[in-house]
Amino acid sequence: MNYSVAFRTILYKEIRRFTRIWPQTLLPPAITTALYFLIFGKLIGERIGSVHGVSYMDYIVPGVILMSVISHAYSNVVSSFYSTKFQHHIEELLVAPVPNWVILVGYVCGGIARGVLVGAVVTGVSMLFTHVSVANGWITVSVLVLTATLFALAGFINAVFADSFDDISIIPNFVLTPLSYLGGVFYSLAMLPPIWQTIALGNPILYMINAFRYGLIGVSDVDIVLAFEMIAGFILFLSLFSLLLMHKGVGIKN
Amino acid sequence: MKALSIQNLKKTYANGFQALKGVDLEVDSGDFFALLGPNGAGKSTMIGIISSLVTKSSGVVSVFGHDLEKDTNQAKSCIGLVPQEVNFNQFETVKNVVSIQAGYYGIPRKQALAQTEQSLRQMDLWDKRNLVSRRLSGGMKRRLMIARAMVHQPRLLILDEPTAGVDIEIRRAMWQMMQEVNRQGTTIILTTHYLEEAESLCRNIAIINNGEIVEKSAMNSLLQRIHIDHFVLDIAQNLSAAPCIEGYEIELVDSQVLNVAVPKSHGLNRLFQQLSGLGIEVLSLKNKSNRLEQLFIDLVQ
Repeated sequence: MNYSVAFRTILYKEIRRFTRIWPQTLLPPAITTALYFLIFGKLIGERIGSVHGVSYMDYIVPGVILMSVISHAYSNVVSSFYSTKFQHHIEELLVAPVPNWVILVGYVCGGIARGVLVGAVVTGVSMLFTHVSVANGWITVSVLVLTATLFALAGFINAVFADSFDDISIIPNFVLTPLSYLGGVFYSLAMLPPIWQTIALGNPILYMINAFRYGLIGVSDVDIVLAFEMIAGFILFLSLFSLLLMHKGVGIKN
Repeated sequence: MKALSIQNLKKTYANGFQALKGVDLEVDSGDFFALLGPNGAGKSTMIGIISSLVTKSSGVVSVFGHDLEKDTNQAKSCIGLVPQEVNFNQFETVKNVVSIQAGYYGIPRKQALAQTEQSLRQMDLWDKRNLVSRRLSGGMKRRLMIARAMVHQPRLLILDEPTAGVDIEIRRAMWQMMQEVNRQGTTIILTTHYLEEAESLCRNIAIINNGEIVEKSAMNSLLQRIHIDHFVLDIAQNLSAAPCIEGYEIELVDSQVLNVAVPKSHGLNRLFQQLSGLGIEVLSLKNKSNRLEQLFIDLVQ
């Protein structure tokens, strides 16, 4: 059976959803990041000087972009899939001849689409403050898409387990946001005391932000290959775990 | 060809509740079949398993010869489900609710839109196509769920209490729609709490209670088993006590209203003759309750 129609239908529905509610999904990251660039980049950054040979403003641009990608790829899937469960229209998918992997890929691609679109919006906003030329296009795009994939998958798993609207905000508020801020968006590892440098290396988001920064401005605190391996490993693990949950019907079937 | 064949279907929920205790059931192709039972009897669990919303514990379900477990896609493609509760995306337009469902069944967009139009026209909802679905009235929401279930032209349509909570006018219009769909060759399985509905629409019936099928037969032969009919008679005279007529159980409800239990062996003619003999004139008569109702109560108690 050809599942491309079912896949495109899910993707169409997902993209329609976040574009229909654009004041909630696309506008806030533009405003928030403009404030980051204004306050941290412009006002404070000018006093900091340069980091790894680039201006502080240019140094924070990749992290700010990727932080938005992470949070929007995640929140798109978690809120969309949870409300699909909550309103019971998940049943429309379950009764139809759509295998679990098509449902998963459809929702994850919806999350990637929003992540990438928000990434583009934030990049556009950053252009108002500075000019960032791309050091390595392939690395930039692949880290962006792979990171969006990883967090869309994580959002999916969160939605599968979620039983209330509280459950879909706990991880973004108490895990993702702290890890993103502590993932070197606003500073280089070299600025931290040695003990904190070691602790920071346990934060997976640090690798993604640095890999993305390497793609954009050619500067990184970590090994790029290791960063790619880590992202790929997480994607593989989260994909298999999602499929296992769906196969067992956790959170979606009785 | 059997539209549905269920063998030894069992379901035990995680909390230990055994909702189905080994159900066997067959529904012929083209049938209009009633599945009745009190709340909590296992109807919804059974329908949930047939439509892949609930995981079975054991047993075999096949739809038009396709095993639901081994030949899942073919089996699923044969089924259209109208659930009990509203379960469409209430933020989508009426048209999108139906066309997106068609997409899930693998129908390409252009064809999906054509079938959406056909389905919405059949359910008299085409002029509401651009309305956000949450703005529909209760009856329209039910019809939208039928339109959605029919968009991929299923051979078996399962309607889980489709007329619950809708007024009598809409209910009758929905009966006509269902009969039309059945006439066109779609097998229908209907669950309902309105026994009158089952009696007037369905040719065959199964009654489920406590997770087991307690009755399975043709509607006609089931109704023939009813030995006593209950009638309400309006009479011209004022009576102070119920008249005594041998063979009939008569109760005085009001001075001018009688409840009479009429055994089929005695019939109505004899009753009227006896009443005339007593000088009682009958002005009108109506069937007190649905015939199936008493039988249903007897079977599930």
